[in-house]
Amino acid sequence: MTRLNRMFLSTTILAGLAGLAGAGNAEAQDTLNALVWCDHTDAALIEPFEEAHDVRVNLREYEGTGAALALLEQSRPGDWDVLVIDGIDVFRAVEAGILAPLPDDELPTADFFPEVVMAENNSRDGTTYAVTEKFGYNTISYNAEAVDPADMQDLSAVWSETYDGRISIYDYYLPVMGLAALAEGIDTADITEGSLDAIGAVMDTMRSRAASIGGVVAAQTALATGEVDIVVGGGEWLTAVLAEDRPELTWTIPEQGAVRWSQSIGVLADSANPDLALEFVKYITGPEGQARLATSSCFWGMPANAKAGAHLTEDQKAVLRWDEQEDYLARTQLYPAPDAALDIEMQDLWLNMLQR
Amino acid sequence: MNARRETLRGWGFAAPALIWTALLFVVPFAVMGAMSLAVLDGRTLIWGLHFDNYAALTEKAYLLRAIFVSLEITVTVTVVSILLAYPLAWVIAFHVPPRWQRLVLLLTILPFWTSYVVRSYAWLLVLAREGVVNTALTGLGLTAEPVTLASTRFATVTGFVHFFVMLLTLTIYANLIQLSPNYRRAAMDLGASAFQTFRHVILPLTLPGIMTGAFLTFVLCIGDYITPQILGGNNELTVPQVIMVQLGRRADFPLASALAIVLMAIVTLAYLGFARWLRLDRV
Repeated sequence: MTRLNRMFLSTTILAGLAGLAGAGNAEAQDTLNALVWCDHTDAALIEPFEEAHDVRVNLREYEGTGAALALLEQSRPGDWDVLVIDGIDVFRAVEAGILAPLPDDELPTADFFPEVVMAENNSRDGTTYAVTEKFGYNTISYNAEAVDPADMQDLSAVWSETYDGRISIYDYYLPVMGLAALAEGIDTADITEGSLDAIGAVMDTMRSRAASIGGVVAAQTALATGEVDIVVGGGEWLTAVLAEDRPELTWTIPEQGAVRWSQSIGVLADSANPDLALEFVKYITGPEGQARLATSSCFWGMPANAKAGAHLTEDQKAVLRWDEQEDYLARTQLYPAPDAALDIEMQDLWLNMLQR
Repeated sequence: MNARRETLRGWGFAAPALIWTALLFVVPFAVMGAMSLAVLDGRTLIWGLHFDNYAALTEKAYLLRAIFVSLEITVTVTVVSILLAYPLAWVIAFHVPPRWQRLVLLLTILPFWTSYVVRSYAWLLVLAREGVVNTALTGLGLTAEPVTLASTRFATVTGFVHFFVMLLTLTIYANLIQLSPNYRRAAMDLGASAFQTFRHVILPLTLPGIMTGAFLTFVLCIGDYITPQILGGNNELTVPQVIMVQLGRRADFPLASALAIVLMAIVTLAYLGFARWLRLDRV
């Protein structure tokens, strides 16, 4: 190859690469990139926003806050615009400096159920970095035709000998350990290293009665196929999508209470489209977006915005137990939010339980 | 001069593969090795020469148990798959007319064409309390109550064996059809029984096919996350499952990397064990 040929080839490659980079930038003008949970991938939720703003929303699902933060760390600034994150982990994203402040006056938090505004989670030093978009409960799901519903009102009866081998445990240590703590009369916010012996003993009992420990799909399958009759850590998010065909698969909040989960949404500090990202947050937290998010085909959950009720059917509200939320919110606690050291202890306890 | 040119040309042809391997294996592996020697202080990553993550293997019982669980499942799957695949390959190679062999092989590997995840969930439904197996068992009066099959090690092994029997059948079949019938005839002429012929002539000659398939089974099985996660019901955790737990919420990449290095060390040891029989030219 002559020197001229080499130069020509190099120039062509460089021009091609530059063109590709340019195309990437041009595309970024019309695309909103969001790192989300699976409930945001429902076309019925996303398409109205895309049509209203003439943009494409590029969604990427992730599992686990750690995985999301690692992915963001490895991305280029501007790659991502919006982040959906576990409500108890907003502080981790704020500490990492990846969330942009949100304008309080443009967010519909005044319409929210007061208990889920959670300013202590979503704000720092008076600045709001995220907003709650959905919540629900990690409690007890069960087959009403196979168990005595009265037993489901008492956590210790749920994992008693009566239901030996008929239980599945939801595969996430924080809510399940939260439930174990509540069974022992320990508030989830008061869990310390000193509480772990008592929690561990409850989990040992729970584990000895369990047929399996499964994620969302596995727990749903186990309940729907009759493999188990109870899912500890389940809730409306587990049984709501099955409600139409299998009304006997239901859920309750026991006397001791249950654990509440929540997810928040925020705009990334390095977003290339901060205005569009804010519009997306406003759409998701607005009444119509909230109703669509609440009934997403991936999993259902209560909308944070109470005005979403006007956009839900009576049947949908019945499945979500809309009219009982006041009582449920009063009897549930946010699931544990351990610091890094306690998190290790809790995870180790959980893994030891699984490997028993 | 020609020899030098030939050498350079050889390197030229090999360069893309070498660069590819260096970029996508050697460099990431080195990074993973370095990461395994880092530690997580709170949520802050501290680089350095720390051996805490390897020490954790002896301090945290669930980590050591995960290694044993992975080994037990992998060895069971490999042995059971060989025991099922060998007779199947034998029947295809020696008892199916040559014109039908290709079709039978195609049917044998047909399940390969379906999604691995879908296949695992299908097994979950088959093995459920109200699944096909339990319905048949109770329907025939063989058991009074449904038997717990799903969410067990049995389910994990079944899911794996279904997949790897196909792989082993291919490698063993490829080896069997290369054998000249004269080996069997000669052994019989010399007075060997059918079993002796198999034991002393056929089996040693088909060891490369068995071992190649067995090694691939071992490597793919010990590193698999999907099957034990779906079918095992988390009643025991394998090393890949424990790695995923480390990454999910806490992003403990150092410990996850150390576990991945341990997994690679086990595969390397397995390779050394299988190496004597790994002759791809015979497969």
